[in-house]
Amino acid sequence: MIFVTVGSQGPFDRLIRTVDEWASLRGRSDVFAQIGNTKYVPKHIQFTGFVEPPKFTSLVQQARVVVAHAGIGSILSALELGKQIVVMPRRAKFREQRNDHQVSTAKHFGSQGRVIVADDEQTFPDRLDFALTQANPGRISLEASPMLIAALRSFLDGNLDPENLGTVLK
Amino acid sequence: MTEAVNSPRKKVLAVASSGGHWMQLLRVVPALQGHELVFVTVLESSSSQVPGHRFYVVRDANRWNKLGLVTLAAKMASIVHKEKPDFVVSTGAAPGFFALLFGHLSGARTIWIDSIANIDRLSLSGKLAGRLADLWLTQWPHLARTKGPHYAGAIF
Repeated sequence: MIFVTVGSQGPFDRLIRTVDEWASLRGRSDVFAQIGNTKYVPKHIQFTGFVEPPKFTSLVQQARVVVAHAGIGSILSALELGKQIVVMPRRAKFREQRNDHQVSTAKHFGSQGRVIVADDEQTFPDRLDFALTQANPGRISLEASPMLIAALRSFLDGNLDPENLGTVLK
Repeated sequence: MTEAVNSPRKKVLAVASSGGHWMQLLRVVPALQGHELVFVTVLESSSSQVPGHRFYVVRDANRWNKLGLVTLAAKMASIVHKEKPDFVVSTGAAPGFFALLFGHLSGARTIWIDSIANIDRLSLSGKLAGRLADLWLTQWPHLARTKGPHYAGAIF
């Protein structure tokens, strides 16, 4: 199963239409999409508007590959459950988001090799085909970095002065 | 004879909106273990991810929904007044900002962790929270400044 999610930040017609066309071309009947209030009505894939967090987790768990907008929630969900994820960033110029921060997110996580990035509709089919040939990565830890955990603990214990953060954390 | 050094248990109000903000908050919960935790978020179903803790739901809002912001602020003020937390921690966005505001006004120590999604610049709520946060963090070293936000690691 391929699980597709656009999160809760409004419609993402470009992604859903592209996945729908991909499913038709490849003859895949095992695509399930959470499409929010996307206006495009998919013809070749199953879909729903919104998915509550527990159900969302189970859909990611069942997926062979996750497809998503480049939102942190979607990316973390896939990485925590050890799934390949293909992301297409929402773009401000198409009014999919107020700014292009998802482009930065995709670029950053893409360069780390943690996500597979499809910049646009043209590159998407090839990127998803590629993802399906890749083994799933191992699950990442469920905790923040040890540095952040230590800083927060120290602060709660009254042993961290933000002014001297640099020296305290060394 | 050695004496066990235990820091006193504090009450921590942990606040985030849905999606990535909530998931980032869950990833810092291990740092809060040992304290009394109270969660505030925007989806009732998220409660299953923090079993055994007190849990409040508020309605999310943003800068284009003034009435929503007022409602959210009032609700958050009542939660902070009722819980009287020692610490408030948030990973964003609007609910976290108001939690820090009322926490700050009521004398709590406050922590803002700006979302890792804010790579190019701090979020609006993150900038505003800077005046209210005792510990004001960005997850990106290149966004850190001497007077804050500071960098102290990231959520992964």
